[in-house]
Amino acid sequence: MDFKFDLDENKEKIDKLMEIIEEVKSKNISKKASLMPVLHDAQKMFGYLPIEVQSIISEQLNVPLAEIYGVATFYSQFSLVPKGEYEIGVCLGTACYVKGAQAIIDKITADLEVKVGGTSSDSKFSLIATRCIGACGLAPIMTINEDVYGKLKLEEISDILKKYKDK
Amino acid sequence: MNKVTITIDNQQIQVSENSTVLEVARELGIDIPTLCYLKDINEVAACRMCIVEVEGMGTLPTACVLNVWDGMVVKTNTKKVREARKGTLELLLSNHDRECLTCMRNGNCELQTLSDELGISDIGFEGEKTNKPIDMSSPSIVRDVNKCILCGRCVNVCNDIQAVGVLSFRNRGFETTVGTAFEKDIIDVPCIKCGQCIAVCPVAALREKTDIDYVWDALEDETKHVVVQTAPAVRVALGEEFDLEMGTSVTGRMVTSLRRLGFDKVFDTDFAADLTIMEEGYELLSRLENGGTLPMITSCSPGWIKFCEHYYPDFLDNLSTCKSPHQMMGAVVKSYYAQKNNIDPKDIVMVSIMPCIAKKFEAGREELSVNNLQDVDCVLTTRELAKMIKESRIDFVNLPDEDFDEVLGESTGAGVIFGATGGVMEAALRTVAEVVTGDKLEKIEFDQVRGTQGIKEAAIELGDKTVKVAVVHGTGNAKKLLEMIKAGEKEYHFIEIMGCQGGCVTGGGQPHISAKDRMTKNVMAERAKGLYSEDTAKTIRKSHENPMIKKIYEEFLGKPNGHKSHELLHTHYINRGE
Repeated sequence: MDFKFDLDENKEKIDKLMEIIEEVKSKNISKKASLMPVLHDAQKMFGYLPIEVQSIISEQLNVPLAEIYGVATFYSQFSLVPKGEYEIGVCLGTACYVKGAQAIIDKITADLEVKVGGTSSDSKFSLIATRCIGACGLAPIMTINEDVYGKLKLEEISDILKKYKDK
Repeated sequence: MNKVTITIDNQQIQVSENSTVLEVARELGIDIPTLCYLKDINEVAACRMCIVEVEGMGTLPTACVLNVWDGMVVKTNTKKVREARKGTLELLLSNHDRECLTCMRNGNCELQTLSDELGISDIGFEGEKTNKPIDMSSPSIVRDVNKCILCGRCVNVCNDIQAVGVLSFRNRGFETTVGTAFEKDIIDVPCIKCGQCIAVCPVAALREKTDIDYVWDALEDETKHVVVQTAPAVRVALGEEFDLEMGTSVTGRMVTSLRRLGFDKVFDTDFAADLTIMEEGYELLSRLENGGTLPMITSCSPGWIKFCEHYYPDFLDNLSTCKSPHQMMGAVVKSYYAQKNNIDPKDIVMVSIMPCIAKKFEAGREELSVNNLQDVDCVLTTRELAKMIKESRIDFVNLPDEDFDEVLGESTGAGVIFGATGGVMEAALRTVAEVVTGDKLEKIEFDQVRGTQGIKEAAIELGDKTVKVAVVHGTGNAKKLLEMIKAGEKEYHFIEIMGCQGGCVTGGGQPHISAKDRMTKNVMAERAKGLYSEDTAKTIRKSHENPMIKKIYEEFLGKPNGHKSHELLHTHYINRGE
């Protein structure tokens, strides 16, 4: 699913981004050190880092777009697609995995038509596979925003998702 | 510089405290294996092949980034080290497309060689494998991440040496690949196609788009008149593909092999280099006299041209309007030569053997054509020519020498040095100086512009005028120079820029050099030496004294920079900036 980034709609945010970049630049730190804080702020502001935003940062900081893309895809806190209203996290730590977490992911993927790391076309859900979240006693486990669902059974998934679909 | 004493494999040595263990070992003749390491370009300890045991250290550190200290005791060949290296290499190989027999780098792959040297007999890790589409979008470069070993050499050469930066590591863990931003095809990013990424790639993850089959077909087609030309730099590198010493000049054997391959005419790009000097020299004089845009910058290197178009479009008017030499040759072959020999230019297939992969892109540029015929139909790299010679079972090393064909094969010492950084400048100065002063030069060598230093400058007295010149090679150096000019810190009349460091002799289409050779030899200088000795051996060493150049102006072109020249030999550029 492609998400269209509207430059006009986001004009205010882009102006703000430019201000942030100017401020970082004025601190006279190296280009490489400037990149992370700018990306963090951009991620927070736009909810993701589309090519338009990365291109602006590339031009302003004089860092190649490929390098920025490399950073944005390396760290899990950055996203290339907008996060959905509800972010589903399925733990793929060892305990959850052996208790069948992969099947849960497959079920969600099929139900919501969203792949891991992606966002559904109605922007309602995004899905991520997480590392161990430290609740192995409740394996397999899934989080939806702040809600936690432990000892999950495959047949419960559809009902749980329905609650959020209808909200 | 302080000296420290260290012991490697029971040999004691005093070395500078700034050395790495790898450097010291190589000095002692101890061969620590490396894979990602490339001197001055990639020293990142990514591949872990160079691990050693150091007394007092619990882990196995990597020798390429390990600085020596006084009293250090190193062991490079213990069971623990050998097993760890093998284990790591097996893991690397477990996710490598191991179709070696059909691989372009079969026989000169650093991964293949290392697997042999480390005695890999079995790869015990059968797991998931990267299986991504191959990027064939560019006329010059093929990217195949299934063969990539993530050494990072291409990323560093693209970013740090060439200042282009279209390649980067993307994603993480098993998903990591090297490539472009947003997974775009290489054709859709501002890549200048210099091919330095290919030159440094230890495997076939980056390789040229091969056009060998096109040439075989043309040679087979009896209705076609197939003409070949060879760039200066090819003759001092081709021999390496046949195990001759680096920098060996094989001009005569190269011509013979081309004739045996079946080319109808074998011409020399050096002739076109002489022609370039006439056109470019007079263009410079005209700009100097008539207040044209200065500094004038050379336009022979298509990698540099594309760099300028993408990143410094403000300088497009500074570029000489001259086509690059092999394009000039193509244009002349399909006009002058065709007319003289009553051949329909449509039946001519012009093949260029180049040390360059950017030339493949260049040959396809629409504006480099006359009467709807591309000047050049096909470009092969030095490596591709070597493959054709091998496939034809020609015993290259023992071939007799032959000469280029008449007229467009005649060249001077000025033409041949085009292949080295500073060569175009020197060739131009030889001609311009004599045209301006009307006197013969006492000494025709311009030593100030020779050598492998990144940025060279000189002030040349031409009669009562002083002409300030600069020579740079590698687009990273070009960027530095252009920024200084923009800032008003530097001022010149004439600049030679070559896209690759070292100029064409170390272009992206030249024979691969092993990391070991790069560490011990100055490749640029070795190959350039071959060109400069060809220059010295020539009786005629100035372009304007080439009798065939005089002839073509008399019979066909009129005068340099004249109407006909502009139609055939000059071009324009495209602003590709955003």
